[in-house]
Amino acid sequence: MDVKMLPTRDGYGHGLLELGATNPDVLVLDADLAKSTRSDWFAAKYPDRFFDIGIAEQDMIGTAAGLSLGGKIPFATTYGVFVAGRAWDQIRTTVCYSNLNVKIAGAHGGISAGGDGATHQALEDIALMRVLPNMRVIVPCDAIEARKATVAAGNIQGPCFLRFAREATPVFTTEGDFFAIGKANVLRNGNDATIIAAGPIVYEALQAFDLLAAEGISVRVINMHTIKPLDEDAVLAAARETGAIVTAEEAQINGGLGGAVSEILARHQPTPVEMVGIADTFLECGTPEELAEKYGLTAKYLVNAVKKAIARK
Amino acid sequence: MGRGCAESMESMARLREICKDVRADIVRMTAAAGSGHPGGSLSAVEAMTVLYFNVMNHRPAEPEWPDRDRFFLSKGHACPVLYSVMARSGYFPVEELLTLRKCGTRLQGHPSCKTLPGIEVSSGSLGQGLSIANGFALSAKINRKDYRAYCLMGDGELQEGQIWEAIMTAAHYKLDNVCAIVDYNGLQIDGDVEKVMGLAPIQQKWESFNWNVIEADGHDLTALQAAYESAARTKGKPSVIIMKTIKGKGISFMENVAGWHGKAPNSEELRQALAEIYGKEN
Ligand SMILES: Cc1ncc(C[n+]2csc(CCOP(=O)(O)OP(=O)(O)O)c2C)c(N)n1
Ligand SMILES: [Mg+2]
Repeated sequence: MDVKMLPTRDGYGHGLLELGATNPDVLVLDADLAKSTRSDWFAAKYPDRFFDIGIAEQDMIGTAAGLSLGGKIPFATTYGVFVAGRAWDQIRTTVCYSNLNVKIAGAHGGISAGGDGATHQALEDIALMRVLPNMRVIVPCDAIEARKATVAAGNIQGPCFLRFAREATPVFTTEGDFFAIGKANVLRNGNDATIIAAGPIVYEALQAFDLLAAEGISVRVINMHTIKPLDEDAVLAAARETGAIVTAEEAQINGGLGGAVSEILARHQPTPVEMVGIADTFLECGTPEELAEKYGLTAKYLVNAVKKAIARK
Repeated sequence: MGRGCAESMESMARLREICKDVRADIVRMTAAAGSGHPGGSLSAVEAMTVLYFNVMNHRPAEPEWPDRDRFFLSKGHACPVLYSVMARSGYFPVEELLTLRKCGTRLQGHPSCKTLPGIEVSSGSLGQGLSIANGFALSAKINRKDYRAYCLMGDGELQEGQIWEAIMTAAHYKLDNVCAIVDYNGLQIDGDVEKVMGLAPIQQKWESFNWNVIEADGHDLTALQAAYESAARTKGKPSVIIMKTIKGKGISFMENVAGWHGKAPNSEELRQALAEIYGKEN
């Protein structure tokens, strides 16, 4: 199958342009990575509404906070690893505690920064952002969803963290597909197990669906683009109706989607869960494909995880 | 009257009286709480009193008034002085000050915008206020509004790297609607600022970062008034008032003693402190 490939950061760039055209209060900040994050598209079109803060992530978050107090809707943009890590206290104390209307875009999420190595691979961003009260955490699965998520974030009040990837990945959703923050999308139906995935790895989940179907195993596939607030109803229904869960993410399982789903299930509907993601380790250099293979993030690993989960029923 | 001057102003004699009450509030409220930060509150009494009574355009009865000047307490631990000037300028009843740090209070141990109208943004983690003031000032420029952003920082706080990021940002974007105030009391928790992590020469540092630097005696009301007005008149660059102060000012046993940074007076110490504050006239 010939599938179009685009990085989700392009969706961010387009989303910002769309917001820029419709809402003059939308501003974009970057910390010297405007080209990589695609915020330069907005900068070129709306130079008066773009501010480069320099290599100063903490100051960028504070500046965004102040702008939001002046009625602006700032999108503070840089690599996810730097913004979520280095500016975490600023995000916690200034943005989330005060519940300010600041949007944070973490680019180069997951293994997509492959060649840059472990320092640049944002794997803990989900966990770090997810524990913050008032924060929303959104991980779009493809460029189209990334655009919708960006626009949606601009249209709601309060802190949002959006994760984007560097590498081109399959574009498999359509413009017409429904998207709402906090509302999971069921992409495939099945009865034997459910794969709950977030980010470009959702495409691998769809591949796994086909591989499993060929073996007579039917799985539900859920695109859980919003990790917080988690669509608990969708998780609990999947657990009730299919009895086994596999989570899939390009992030640390601990505190990530795997953690989020398990917390809900442990409380309300104990169910066997297998988790595909980064298992408490730092990665290394490599192309995203190499890393996905080496660290177990492809369809084949999802197939195995599904079988394991079903066996535990 | 232009920006940098409040709509109605108090005489210096009246401000001197208010400063006494503010000092008394600080020791009373920390004593009642049994904890809190008197030292860095007392050093900023004059600066905060002049700011709230004679400089900022604000409406205590209407804390959300959109055109108000904004104050950001970057050194959030000094909230007793902020709460006091807020109460005495009409944001809430003076009696409420004694609820400081009590469970259920609006007067959290570090300021919370969730609980208290008039607090622009929650603070308590040092080093963040100037960035926020800058962002707000930038929004004022974009909105073509002439309200100003004030930000009070500690001298020890200047050791935070983010402050220097923000110092660059304000100058880079020519935020002349920002007025930073440095409480140069020379002390932080572990002792002398110069011994812990030297900052001198502070003035030259800010100057070389392209700020308009105004030096003032932080306990001289007239000098502070002039400093704020000079900051408001300065165009094209942000201004910082570096005010030399005494930590614990006004209470003899607290003055210049690092140990009074975060310790409440006991009842005997409170009695003595109040006697010193109001003593001469009584
Ligand atoms: C990020 C952060 N680190 C440490 C502290 C703990 N702390 C509170 S006050 C203080 C010393 C502040 O000294 P200074 O800025 O000189 O304040 P002042 O003398 O005016 O009280 C410290 C280290 C904090 N609140 N925030
Ligand atoms: Mg000090």
